[in-house]
Amino acid sequence: MPVAEAIILTIITASIPLLLAALGELVAERSGVLNLGVEGMMIMGAVSGFAVSYSTGSPLLGLVAAMAAGAAMAALFGFLTLVLVANQVATGLALTLLGLGLSGLIGVPFAGVSGPRVANVHIPVLSDLPFFGPILFSQDPVVYLAIALVFGVSWFLFRTRAGLVLRAVGDNHASAHALGYSVIRVRFLAVLFGGACAGLGGAYLSIVYTAQWLENMTAGRGWIALALVVFATWLPMRLAIGGLLFGAVGILQLHAQAFGIGIPSQFLLSLPYLTTIVVLVIISRNQALMRSNTPACLGRSFVPDR
Amino acid sequence: MRIELIRRPERSTTMAFLSPLLAIVLTVVVGFFIFAAIGVDPFRGLYVYFVEPLTTDWSIQELIVKAIPIILIAVGLALCYLSNNWNIGAEGQFTAGAIAGSALPILLPDVQNFATLPLMLLMGIAGGMLYAAIPALLKIRFGTNEILTSLMLVYVSLLFLDWIVRGPWRNPQGYGFPGSVDFSDAATIPILVEGSRLHLGLVLVIVAVLAAWFLLRRTITGFEISVLGQAPRAGAFAGFSRTRMILLTFMISGGLAGLAGISEVAGPVGKLDVVISPGYGFTAIIVAFLGRLNPIAILVAGFVLALTYIGGEAAQITLGLSSKTANVFQGMLLFFVLACDSFILYRIRFVSKPRAQPSGIANASG
Amino acid sequence: MDTTVAPSVNQMSGRPTGEPTLEAIGITKDFATLRANDDINLSIRPGEIHALLGENGAGKSTLVKILYGALQPTSGEIRWKGKLVVISNPAAARRLGIGMVFQHFSLFEALTVAENIALALTARPSMSELKAKIRTVSAEYGLPLNPDSVVADLSVGERQRVEIVRCLLQEPKLIIMDEPTSVLTPQEATDLFVTLKRLSSEGVSILYISHRLEEVRAICHHATILRHGKVVGECDPQRETAARLATLMVGAELRELATPPLIEETAWVRLAVRDLSLPKPTPFAVDLDKVSLTVRAGEIVGIAGIAGNGQDELFAALSGERLARDSKAIVFNGVASGLLDITARRKFGAAFVPEERLGHGAVPRLSLSGNILLTRHSTNDRIVRGGVVFSSEAREVSDRVSEEFDVRKGSPDPEATALSGGNLQKFVVGREIDRHPGVLVICQPTWGVDAGAATTIRQALVDLARSGSAVLMISQDLDEILEISDRVAVISKGQLSEPRDASKITREEIGLLMGGAGEAAHAH
Repeated sequence: MPVAEAIILTIITASIPLLLAALGELVAERSGVLNLGVEGMMIMGAVSGFAVSYSTGSPLLGLVAAMAAGAAMAALFGFLTLVLVANQVATGLALTLLGLGLSGLIGVPFAGVSGPRVANVHIPVLSDLPFFGPILFSQDPVVYLAIALVFGVSWFLFRTRAGLVLRAVGDNHASAHALGYSVIRVRFLAVLFGGACAGLGGAYLSIVYTAQWLENMTAGRGWIALALVVFATWLPMRLAIGGLLFGAVGILQLHAQAFGIGIPSQFLLSLPYLTTIVVLVIISRNQALMRSNTPACLGRSFVPDR
Repeated sequence: MRIELIRRPERSTTMAFLSPLLAIVLTVVVGFFIFAAIGVDPFRGLYVYFVEPLTTDWSIQELIVKAIPIILIAVGLALCYLSNNWNIGAEGQFTAGAIAGSALPILLPDVQNFATLPLMLLMGIAGGMLYAAIPALLKIRFGTNEILTSLMLVYVSLLFLDWIVRGPWRNPQGYGFPGSVDFSDAATIPILVEGSRLHLGLVLVIVAVLAAWFLLRRTITGFEISVLGQAPRAGAFAGFSRTRMILLTFMISGGLAGLAGISEVAGPVGKLDVVISPGYGFTAIIVAFLGRLNPIAILVAGFVLALTYIGGEAAQITLGLSSKTANVFQGMLLFFVLACDSFILYRIRFVSKPRAQPSGIANASG
Repeated sequence: MDTTVAPSVNQMSGRPTGEPTLEAIGITKDFATLRANDDINLSIRPGEIHALLGENGAGKSTLVKILYGALQPTSGEIRWKGKLVVISNPAAARRLGIGMVFQHFSLFEALTVAENIALALTARPSMSELKAKIRTVSAEYGLPLNPDSVVADLSVGERQRVEIVRCLLQEPKLIIMDEPTSVLTPQEATDLFVTLKRLSSEGVSILYISHRLEEVRAICHHATILRHGKVVGECDPQRETAARLATLMVGAELRELATPPLIEETAWVRLAVRDLSLPKPTPFAVDLDKVSLTVRAGEIVGIAGIAGNGQDELFAALSGERLARDSKAIVFNGVASGLLDITARRKFGAAFVPEERLGHGAVPRLSLSGNILLTRHSTNDRIVRGGVVFSSEAREVSDRVSEEFDVRKGSPDPEATALSGGNLQKFVVGREIDRHPGVLVICQPTWGVDAGAATTIRQALVDLARSGSAVLMISQDLDEILEISDRVAVISKGQLSEPRDASKITREEIGLLMGGAGEAAHAH
């Protein structure tokens, strides 16, 4: 395979965990909930997914388990912030801290073993196309799923009634309540979806990308996913672009290390984090854009009067 | 069944006091089941974890030594959070402080006099402050989300530390191992009581706690912090500057984290090493909340969290548990604190099903 | 619509007959410590425009929320066309045929008109069908709307149209309207009345909530009057005088305001605003365009206008929450203040009361004495000394203000949020008047406040002015403006009309200016 294709291929796979986690968070934020626990949900997805995949030999079961684990973490978050109206920022942090700890504990028996690998799916005919074939049509199944999810979420948010309700709840929870919509139920479901996506994103790392479990293997990707949502100004399609951008930074950094261009590896490893900051600054500078796109109720608790 | 929250007419002072205690009790209860689930005798597990560390002089000293950086950082974070500024990058500011303060003994090892340590502490504070100023200024100038930027800077600082102790600042006599030269006596925090491990940091902690308490309770600056934190528009109406407060609280919390950082490397660690903190900057977030953002309560909460570290180490050695057990207990504790805090402003009512059946006597309408 | 229940009487004479559309019987609602509704009976007939009168806090909102299913009554029952029903949520109310037009609009700013309307419909037509329907209904009832506009870009009047069209598309048998004219110009209100009468003639019942007695007398067939959560009377409003209705509502003769005449007409100019222009700070705000006015010692100048025409922006510029570009654009007591911050302006004798009590004028979860500190920290050298707060001094001021302005509170130093709207407003106004400011700029002084508190506040403003201060009052309440202002100006789209003598300007003239008729004149 030519180098360019190989690089693009790796960029796509590197962007998948970010994209999945960010997509879930985008839906949650559209409903008005800021869940800073993405990192915690991802890492729990990574460890649970790997554990199940390794124990059963079925990566598919692993991915399902990872989604369940992410959703379970999200349920915890939802219970605290939506039912008990705890502070969303603090609860999100708690979720991350708990997830990092719990995953370490669960993962002890799985350190250093290799799990089953996931075969790529070559779509007949299309995968034989020059250039686009290998890039787009002979990927692993999760890549296809992620691409479908981007379109699916976009369709759901802007073309369906349920998506309209979800956006309405994020825009003005008091009015949504006055019209008889259950703000808390809508938000809870959005948060659960966010958790499942984050879990899947984490499991992509441990099941598909590396097929092994490493402590703290998400390495801040959950936080980068949060930044990605801001970068995308809460639009799923832009999220895909942002995901590729960050995937590219990660891959660039790997290749630069491999070629040994004389820059200390630590500096190269810092690149994704520094890029995140730069990207956030660039997007935040446009206050008008931010103000008109940010869900108006983002991060605000809702308590109906009775 | 459904849970409904009923707003209390006034905040409950009883619950404000009970909530952290309740959270600790719940953490211990759940800990009991976790131990049982992973096949450890729960009573023995809890004993090793929470009681044994308090039975020997050595471990009590160790507890205090661990609590010092945690409390220093948490006090600063409390000011930040009260003003609604979310600095979660204290771990990075801790590291920046440690690196900045270490520059003196590493680059100028021959300068050893009475001014060495105070200078190091000041440089540590400055390092933490400057590092915290980055997210603060980005928030002020561009409206960039400080949660994400301050956190990203943690990763950057840890990678920088990794580079510097393996590269330019590596001890030439260190047989190739990473880490700087050992600090001289003049560059080491003095021990308070001969023969113990209690160092001057304890005094710094007490000063910081009292100063923060006075600032919050009695000064106009403390008033500004809470007004801007609770109601930014009312704060602007009062004539208080939001941007000044962002910078001020970030600088204070960054400075205290930096101080904690340099105190740690110039104290218990003794040199600039690859790993200088087991996550104090994050633990301090839990402490700040467990202490309900009150400096005096944070002093107490700091010891509780330090206990989870010591207990975790003990459990690792005696029971063979993962070092991550401590993080699990810490995460749970924060969860329970946040949950219990709801009861300060709300009462909880359990409803079996939606009340729909109207009752009453049908009068003739008028 | 339903022909069998068409009203059998002429529109403006007497109550329609027929079996009630809705009957509420013995409705009682208890909150934690408060009985908001106490054994309320209400009966609304087909085609009837039924007024629900009462002061703020009389229990109107609670009753309406119960009828719309947003709250459940503690006891009592509701009959819809004679049948006992349980309205468990707003969707159930809409299914029955009850529609609601909210006072504080329940619209979603980020969504389009069509999306807003779709959210309120039980039926789920396709977007293109819905848009067509919106165009039809809005044309039919004279409520022009573009279904693709984003609500954030609409004026207040247009937003109300969205609410009404949204309601009409559900083909309701009963429409509940909560203070619908409070945001309209007199001319827009007249248009609304035409729509309402047309609906009434089609047999639709309207529950019309208001405290504006004149308009109730003009359009309503029947009135139910609430006070302290109880029904205190029913009447035909067209046969009662406004004074009698007011007495029923308030329960006692209202205290007359004592407004001594202006003595000096050439008194010292305490507040001068000259060509104040400021670009809007956010996309949805308003540009201030060459605002000029003067307020002299001893007088009250009222600024009328519909919400969202630059009132907030003007207040922020006068208070110093936003700085002007030119120091001479705003002059307080002879001091060029355009570039001074709010604290400095206060030191030069200015005082401010914003529209929002909770969250702007006061910190909700802060004690009253703490809230004293909010605006007095730099003007009272006993409360703060050398950066240290002496809370006993703040407490002393807080107690004095509470005493003088009759602030009723449950504990000695409660949090601001524990006070009722009227009591908190008295506190917030009293906090400033207690300083004897040379200039007071006040926004919506009696918004959402009971009549007793409103009288106290207006009297305090008159007394302050007559004692030699200058008072600038920004208000959407035309009655209030005409009651206590000496001169009146109107703000529209960020432009301020020439102030005119309050005794010589008519409501209609003000109404025209509100609608923007003053722009041409202003441009010279």
